[in-house]
Amino acid sequence: MVKGIEKYGLPVVHMATVVPISLTIGANRIIPGVGIPYPLGDPTQGEVDSKKIRKRMVRRALKALQTPVDGQTVFEKDDF
Amino acid sequence: MKLELGKIFIKDIQFSDQTCVKDHVLYVNKEEVEKLVLEDDKLLECHLDIARPGDSTRITPVKDVIEPRVKVSGGEIFPGMIGKVTPQVGEGRTHALDGCCVVTVGRIVGFQEGVIDMSGPAADYCPFSKTVNLCVVIEPKEGLETHVYEKAGRMAGLKVATYLGEAGRNVEPDTLETFETKPIFEQAAMYPDLPKVGYVHMLQSQGLLHDTYYYGVDAKQFIPTFMYPTEIMDGAIVSGNCVAPCDKVTTYHHFHNPVIEDLYKHHGKDVNFMGVILTNENVFLADKERHSDMVAKLAEWMGLDGVLITEEGYGNPDTDLMMNCRKVEQKGVKVVLITDEFPGKDGKSQSLADTCEEATALASCGQGNATLQFPAMDKVIGTMEYIENQIGGWAGCVNPDGSFEAELQIIIASTIANGFNKLAARGY
Amino acid sequence: MATYKIVHYINQFFAGIGGEEKADIVPEVREGAVGPGTALEKALGEEYEIAATVICGDNYFGENLDTATDTIVEMVKQYEPDVFVAGPAFNAGRYGVACGTICKAVEERLGVPVLTAEYEENPGVDMFRKDVIIVKTGDSAATIRKAVPVMAALVKKMATGEEILGPDIEGYHERGIRVNYFAEERASERAIQMLTKKMKGEEFHTDLPMPKFDRVDPAEPIKDIKHAKLAVVTSGGVVPTDNPDHIESSNATKYGVYSIAGMDTMSPNDFTTIHGGYDRQFVMENPNLVVPLDVLREMEKDGEFGELVNYFCTTTGTGTATGSAAKFGDEIGKRLVEDHVDGVILVST
Repeated sequence: MVKGIEKYGLPVVHMATVVPISLTIGANRIIPGVGIPYPLGDPTQGEVDSKKIRKRMVRRALKALQTPVDGQTVFEKDDF
Repeated sequence: MKLELGKIFIKDIQFSDQTCVKDHVLYVNKEEVEKLVLEDDKLLECHLDIARPGDSTRITPVKDVIEPRVKVSGGEIFPGMIGKVTPQVGEGRTHALDGCCVVTVGRIVGFQEGVIDMSGPAADYCPFSKTVNLCVVIEPKEGLETHVYEKAGRMAGLKVATYLGEAGRNVEPDTLETFETKPIFEQAAMYPDLPKVGYVHMLQSQGLLHDTYYYGVDAKQFIPTFMYPTEIMDGAIVSGNCVAPCDKVTTYHHFHNPVIEDLYKHHGKDVNFMGVILTNENVFLADKERHSDMVAKLAEWMGLDGVLITEEGYGNPDTDLMMNCRKVEQKGVKVVLITDEFPGKDGKSQSLADTCEEATALASCGQGNATLQFPAMDKVIGTMEYIENQIGGWAGCVNPDGSFEAELQIIIASTIANGFNKLAARGY
Repeated sequence: MATYKIVHYINQFFAGIGGEEKADIVPEVREGAVGPGTALEKALGEEYEIAATVICGDNYFGENLDTATDTIVEMVKQYEPDVFVAGPAFNAGRYGVACGTICKAVEERLGVPVLTAEYEENPGVDMFRKDVIIVKTGDSAATIRKAVPVMAALVKKMATGEEILGPDIEGYHERGIRVNYFAEERASERAIQMLTKKMKGEEFHTDLPMPKFDRVDPAEPIKDIKHAKLAVVTSGGVVPTDNPDHIESSNATKYGVYSIAGMDTMSPNDFTTIHGGYDRQFVMENPNLVVPLDVLREMEKDGEFGELVNYFCTTTGTGTATGSAAKFGDEIGKRLVEDHVDGVILVST
């Protein structure tokens, strides 16, 4: 799906827990998800903190979308 | 560790006033079994039915399939689940009622419960179309939470299988086989000229409702460890997970692990079977990384020359499979993978969700997306109500007469990725 | 009178019209066999006849792909053939692509079984191997003697509806289609035999050579985030609670597009997940864990980006064929471009 969309020239940030699969299928901008049952957030830490985690990850996604990449890039940290 | 496994061949099951085995027939006291199941107050109703090979009978939705076994030399079957965890697991003598199974059936828990047809085209794909099955159909209390219901169903099956297994305690088995794996240095010294081979056994632990259990421990909570193969023959591993029906390693399949059975056949001839490395398939990347590192470390530490790896399920567990493959190969150990494929109904898409260069040898267990016509059956044990929502079905796939079309995925253990079946896929 | 009719497609060169200088001739039909068709007809025997031969210049075909295809399909249709054959094209690239294109079109539009033949390095092989049976040939026309009997055998099977066996047996290029069969031994035993060979360094055959996934170049980044329009796409199976489009919980054949207009958050009353591959409990309680609408709305309000498109696109990722996923991506991408979306957040579970 990532490639199908990106070939129209739209930047796609793939937020996925299983980064190896994301790399295999060919996503170019990748942000590791928290876990398969909850990629954006961590409900085991309570709703408030879970939402904070989600917001930080979405901010990182926006930043990744504004960042030029040469090839497949995994954005592991907020600072890049 | 040495286990004697006695097989008592069972050709039929019949209801009777006393539970016993006589002349290869398992007689079952219906009331006693139903009472046993209803000891659990989560379950409202229970009824029993018998399905025989060749019958025009469909069983669905199937939760688990279990062979009745009993420890006759001390120790208890299903340690940590039903029995106590005693030192006898994998040692001494065990009797199995070979050819019959307990099948738990009932209202669906997830999407992941499948179909067994006792005749017709689907029977070619299912190992349990060839066994005589005692179906335990359960009805949960109204509004039962799904995790609680899953556990009640799982325990009902194990309890019935344990109860039936007792009937084989004092019966002279038809065959008696001995399986032995020695402690690591002794085993290595036993066949110094043969290549040392291990089995990396991946248990499904995706947290879909519940998971596989190792001595009663939830499989997502352990770290990779060594097992003597005979421990598994005594029920040290029990299925409790929800995975696509075709991929389900039922509790029966843990008893009859094909890689273990076949490696023992080759043991001392062309390989030296050193034992099992048990691992899992968790949903967090850090677990996948850590546990594949540990698998590779164990393979190296055991001095293995070759390893077979099996997985349970598809999708993200393909990543665990490939990580294990790559890391074990990087230790200089040769790897062969056993798994099934999901290349779409037309077979034209990619078979696996993940790949690696080191995966040069793979034995296919067939492709699960191929479709099949399921004819109407005279009798349905359970209910057809959920077919369209079960994995492998789709909206509108069922016809008014009870026939339907679905992917092979919907059949229990049809493409089971541990190599139990002869089904395979090849490139056309 | 023959029982089975064949229509044959060849280029200007094999029709004896001319080489490069005649490569722009328009499609024409001739009754009966022409050029290599004569040898094929002979190999097929009395029950078969080549009713007509369609001839087209390679350049004309390449430069007028759609018109040429339409014209040729119409020509073929008039003869109501039992089998359509194109080539052999050997290592001629343009001819090979034309043979593949026209075979695919004839099969799709007329439902007639089709066959062509090409050398393995002909670009037509990689383009059409999944859609068309392409017999293996050498790289030059000198190898035609070998190719004709193989083609004839397959034409007969196609005409009579006999089962076509695997590529090694029948002599065609593997299509990459995975087909089930029952092996002599179960997979555990076959794996052990494979392992003993691998450990000895002997040759062994894997059941599944590792595939190579294709790549796409990274798109240019968003320049002006303050005015950018974003969209959320997911494979996490989040759908309205009644799953109105009946998206499957595994091996999905469709995706859904659902409105989030006027919503500040993904309410568990409105949305759920039908994904069959993970523990759904958390997402059912809070669908924002997959479609992060709650934080996106806050950020939209705070001006961290321009705006969110008023829908999200969704399907189930588990066991979903890569072919289906590529199709969904293509359709979704097209739609997002039409709706002037500048960037996409794609969440997978």
